[in-house]
Amino acid sequence: MGACSILLLWSTVACIAAPQEGARDGAAADAGPAVPGSDGDFDWERCRGETIHVMLNQHPYTEAILERLPEFEKKTGIRVRYSVTPESNYFDKLTVSLNARNGHPDVFMTGSYQLWEFLFSGHVQELDSLIQDRGYTSPDYDVEDFFEGVLKGNRWNMKVGQPVGTGPLWAVPLGFEMNVLMYNRRALDQVGADPPKTFDELLETASRLNGWNGGGSYGIAVRGTRSWATIHPGYMTAYSMAGAEDFSMEGGTLKSRVNSPQAVQITERFAELVRKAGPKDWTNYTWYQVSTDLGAGKAALAYDADNLGFFQNVEGASKEAGNIGWAPPPLPKEGARLGSNMWIWSLAMNRHSRNKEAAWLFMQYFTGKEHIRWGATEAKVVNPPRRSVWEDAKFQERIGRMEGYRETFESVIDHSTIKFTPQPEFFNITTEWAAALQDIVIGSAGAEERLNQLARDADMRIKRMMDRIE
Amino acid sequence: MRAAAETGRTPPLEEAKIPWLRRNRPYLILLPAFLLTAGILYPFGVAIYYSLTNFSFKYEKHSFVGLENWVDMFSDPGFWHSLWVTAKYALLSTGVEMVIGVGVALLLNRESRLARSLRIVLIFPLMIAPVIATLIWQLMINSSVGVIGHALRGIGIVDFTWAADPDTALFTVVLIDAWVYTPFVILLTLAGLRSLPKAPFESARVDGGSAWFTFKNLTLPMIMPFLLIALVFRLMVSLQEFSIIFALTSGGPGDTLMTLPLTAYTEGFTYKELGYALPHMLVLWLNVFFASRILIKYWSRAQERASGV
Repeated sequence: MGACSILLLWSTVACIAAPQEGARDGAAADAGPAVPGSDGDFDWERCRGETIHVMLNQHPYTEAILERLPEFEKKTGIRVRYSVTPESNYFDKLTVSLNARNGHPDVFMTGSYQLWEFLFSGHVQELDSLIQDRGYTSPDYDVEDFFEGVLKGNRWNMKVGQPVGTGPLWAVPLGFEMNVLMYNRRALDQVGADPPKTFDELLETASRLNGWNGGGSYGIAVRGTRSWATIHPGYMTAYSMAGAEDFSMEGGTLKSRVNSPQAVQITERFAELVRKAGPKDWTNYTWYQVSTDLGAGKAALAYDADNLGFFQNVEGASKEAGNIGWAPPPLPKEGARLGSNMWIWSLAMNRHSRNKEAAWLFMQYFTGKEHIRWGATEAKVVNPPRRSVWEDAKFQERIGRMEGYRETFESVIDHSTIKFTPQPEFFNITTEWAAALQDIVIGSAGAEERLNQLARDADMRIKRMMDRIE
Repeated sequence: MRAAAETGRTPPLEEAKIPWLRRNRPYLILLPAFLLTAGILYPFGVAIYYSLTNFSFKYEKHSFVGLENWVDMFSDPGFWHSLWVTAKYALLSTGVEMVIGVGVALLLNRESRLARSLRIVLIFPLMIAPVIATLIWQLMINSSVGVIGHALRGIGIVDFTWAADPDTALFTVVLIDAWVYTPFVILLTLAGLRSLPKAPFESARVDGGSAWFTFKNLTLPMIMPFLLIALVFRLMVSLQEFSIIFALTSGGPGDTLMTLPLTAYTEGFTYKELGYALPHMLVLWLNVFFASRILIKYWSRAQERASGV
């Protein structure tokens, strides 16, 4: 009954996820004569006739991949079967698929945080050996062209407590997000305010903006669901700039620091911000609600991933398109260093894949210069991970139309990294963290008491983990 | 036969005459039942085994940990909270659905055109998957675009927080549950009402019995077996309810709606600790098992009473 129930639960989730299974069956067959690659002698057709399975999250980066899938299939003769699943269920579905250890999917879209879990279960293929082998990798791929900080986000030596940046490369970036302040220019003009530079100013301005655009409009949109995804954008950015940490190494083991004085203080202020100027049904807010409220003129400000505003600001994309601007994340205290927690969307390869060569061709193509440039200029691949694309005149012209976008990017990029401590219990702890934040915001518990409880829970989970991996 | 002759043994008469198919008929007849039982018991046994291990999707290997998961679960306040939420949710939703369902069924148990039409319309929610119904409700109660939010603003209720507030979250999920499942109770109760003999009711009318008297002493005892069936099914499903709460709040705000199935799912699939998730499911199974056993016992008695045994 227990196992049956789990299976039944899983099938329910699968129904919610409503994945769009698809395949371009005809494309490979209709490929016709090979189209020579731009990269000289590199043989893109070495895996002609093979089929690979790809799992993708529903995202504009995925839309760009799907749009150019026929070109990839024509160029390589590889048949691609894919599924696209909404983000709320994507990682659960991916976990189950990888655990089957049958080689499906060959390639999957992932965030860097997820890699920390997948690595310990042996699901991820390291990529350095493929990149360094000229036989496998096109000379045009140019791995040095990726922003160093972004690429390093996908490197880790699997030593719990040590930051990302060293060790093997586990995934190649499709794009990245930094968490900044986005504002509606019309709203700020209405109250005669400039984009807030400090957290105090943010609290004051956001509170004044409640009702700025009629009934239901409010000051600031931030995520609030009981999910790990609530913690990593605005909250973690403010948290890290306030000098708080999630863990520290004490006596050779990780110790939770979510209840440190700095952590309690910034959490209280964040909760105050949500209570005073956030949406009434904040606990239902995912990135989607944050984005649409900003575009619909409901939220005056948003503290979230910078690309959300971009999607809404493209002409015709939303009611407030053209009015949205970007500013650096407000400093929570004097002397704080400006920086953002980073999220990186990447492609990774299943270690159990039986089509690794074909899978790597897929990954090369869709993280290569040519596709990323196309995505950034013709589709919605915001924040391309390649330096050369940021220097592209067409891309510069595109982002030049976005008020404060480039300036904000340049002011934040140098100190933007992954602010979490890598460890395989990331999702347990951040999901419980989101539940704690909900309790604090809605007033079910005091910040100190609730964060103490969270720290105890995190320490217990870390202890269990250390017992497993030592 | 030659072999028998060579060994000098005479084969038993039955073995020689009865064909194989006939001889094994009882086993063949029992085979589907055996396979079904094995199909039920095998995953159940596997679940018990894994509940005694530290099996996790995050690590390649697992080992036997004895009762550690069970001890951890019983010493976790979150488990007791989820048990309490599960009980509250099941009792509230089942209670509301039974009361409304029986009331509506009594109103529909007449032969008018309206009653006939409503009998068809009212079962529509049963045809919608609960998760889809929840998504529809999520849109309807959305504070900016929802029709219900709009209607409430019209009567002066502004910013009703629905599932976003711990004080109203349980009310919201019970409301959706009742919308989806009350027709099930209506359907079963109507089936019971339509199967009742006419004679006792005519006698009561001739004797001047009031409507309440007739309902209390005739209708209710006679449809009790049907009501208990509805109750058993609704209670079992409510105790296991997952999709409505998951789709609406994922168990939030905070831990407000973390029922046992939600906790098991979160531990099993979000936290990937299957070994720790399974004791939660097994406790849930025990709850459902004992609740349904008790109700089925009552059902047998009610059936005997209704048939005058």
